[in-house]
Amino acid sequence: MTRGERRNLRLGLAFVSPWIVGFLAFTLFPVAASMYYSFCDYDVLTKPIWVGALNYRDMLTDGVFWKSLYNTFYFAAWALPLGLIIALFIAVLLNQSVKGRSVFRAIFFLPSLIPVVAASMAWLWILNGNFGVLNHLLELCHIKGPQWLADPIWTKPSIVLLALWGCGNTVVIYLAALQDVPRSLYESAEIDGATAWVKFRHITIPMISPVIYFNLIMGIIGSLQVFAQVYILFAGGGGPERSALFYTVYLYQNAFEYHQMGYACAMAWVLFLIILSLTLVATRSTRKLIYYAGE
Amino acid sequence: MSTRILQRVLIYTLLLLGSATFLMPLLLMIATGLKPIEQTMSVPPTWIPYRLYVQKDGVLIEIKQADVNRYPAVSIIKKPAPRWGNYVEAIKAMKLFPRYLSNTVILCVLTVVGTVLSSSLAAYGFSRIEWRGRNSLFVLALATMMVPFPVTMVPLYSLFRWLGWIGTLKPLWVGSFFAGAFNVFLLRQFFMTLPKDLSEAARIDGCSEFRIFWQIVLPLCRPALMVVALFQFMYTWNDFMGPLIYLTNQKDFTLALGLQFFQSQLGGTEWHYLMAASTLVALPIIVLFFFTQRTFIEGISMTGIKG
Repeated sequence: MTRGERRNLRLGLAFVSPWIVGFLAFTLFPVAASMYYSFCDYDVLTKPIWVGALNYRDMLTDGVFWKSLYNTFYFAAWALPLGLIIALFIAVLLNQSVKGRSVFRAIFFLPSLIPVVAASMAWLWILNGNFGVLNHLLELCHIKGPQWLADPIWTKPSIVLLALWGCGNTVVIYLAALQDVPRSLYESAEIDGATAWVKFRHITIPMISPVIYFNLIMGIIGSLQVFAQVYILFAGGGGPERSALFYTVYLYQNAFEYHQMGYACAMAWVLFLIILSLTLVATRSTRKLIYYAGE
Repeated sequence: MSTRILQRVLIYTLLLLGSATFLMPLLLMIATGLKPIEQTMSVPPTWIPYRLYVQKDGVLIEIKQADVNRYPAVSIIKKPAPRWGNYVEAIKAMKLFPRYLSNTVILCVLTVVGTVLSSSLAAYGFSRIEWRGRNSLFVLALATMMVPFPVTMVPLYSLFRWLGWIGTLKPLWVGSFFAGAFNVFLLRQFFMTLPKDLSEAARIDGCSEFRIFWQIVLPLCRPALMVVALFQFMYTWNDFMGPLIYLTNQKDFTLALGLQFFQSQLGGTEWHYLMAASTLVALPIIVLFFFTQRTFIEGISMTGIKG
């Protein structure tokens, strides 16, 4: 190494040192410790006791664990595709030459910024079975609305609704991508007499496919970790018949209410594996469908 | 031609319907926060808070909702009247609201300063200086973004407990002084766009690396720094899970946690106060959004396109 190289190495390390310290203290150590705890009986107050794979084996027979996994998948299976489609639909609408686009965009975007606690309070009120606006609107259409948050059938759809309301983030990302699609592509398609649908299907979708993929991955990661909304709407309890006990809520309960920190860690690792494998599956299965302009 | 017009009408109808739906929960929250309690529970629901009056000898006299039946329906006059006093009452009912607010503001300031400083330093080291091992370390930084919070949650808790930080604000801000990978990534992408010659020229003039960073690169990257600062502010203001885990004394609560605590105490009765309090918690974010809309939109688009 020359003197200059050594100088640069020292400087470079000095500049990234905040990250290095943070990485060691807040990522590497916790990840290693979490792995270790997941094989332990640990209540945070006393020393962890090694129990082997017991926590993981317990999971297999823990009905509540499976229930929480089912609830989370149920939620993700609805919220994720619906969110992606609705957000794309709104973004396409906004991408037409409409007057007041920035005002509309702001309106769709705003809900995703509202503090999740405040937003949950508003929805707690909207979804109220007796005085809520949603049931009132349904009544105007001669539909008897359910007790959204008290009926086990309707608790998960309620959360899906709340999640869809917050899709403005995704709209903005889509819209930015839509605006980057070269106009010339559409123009030459129009000369060939392409219909709006053909243009959308064969120009728009391929051109924005990297961003659809990005939103898909972010959606998988986000929807499997939903916590605050569910915790607040059901006062931390998981709702009627545990119908809204989501994975992270059950994990939180294990860690901080039942003090089964080892079990909570094991659950966290299983969640990580689920997210990782779903991301891999999504990446594999969409690889051929994504068009990267640079390649 | 007529299909074009039809298309326009359709687009605007959909947009108006959509934006009405997206705005409704917020408008309802604000409106309910301005009502007296009996108007919150009315069936069918009312949108605009009002007061009732009857005309008597040429003067308007306010009457109570309960007394409506004592007057002929035609003589009752309904006037829109928001109860601004609900905000004061809600703050009083929450008891420690000023504490929640100051805790939240302290945390926002500390985390924004910490994040901007540490992330820009690290991003500079990852982009403007060539050194051996830089790229592999950066890949490692990106890999840390994959780890979901629940994985590190328990060990972090026991670490903070060991340090005696549980029940203080420290777990919620100290980490921000140690450069999170996402912000480092965002800033690095931005730093890379600046020409290399800029630093070279300064180096030849004998400028120290820190001065190049502080006086040349940072001022040029203000838009990106703004995005990072804004996102961090939002994150801290809105965060619920962190405060829920680490804060144990009510006087240390943030607004987000305090609001949830308030709701759990009310037990589903005083909706007008709950909505007034929720409006107060959401308001700074809404105001901030209107003043920094472009930074927001650019920031979000940036994460999507370059991510």
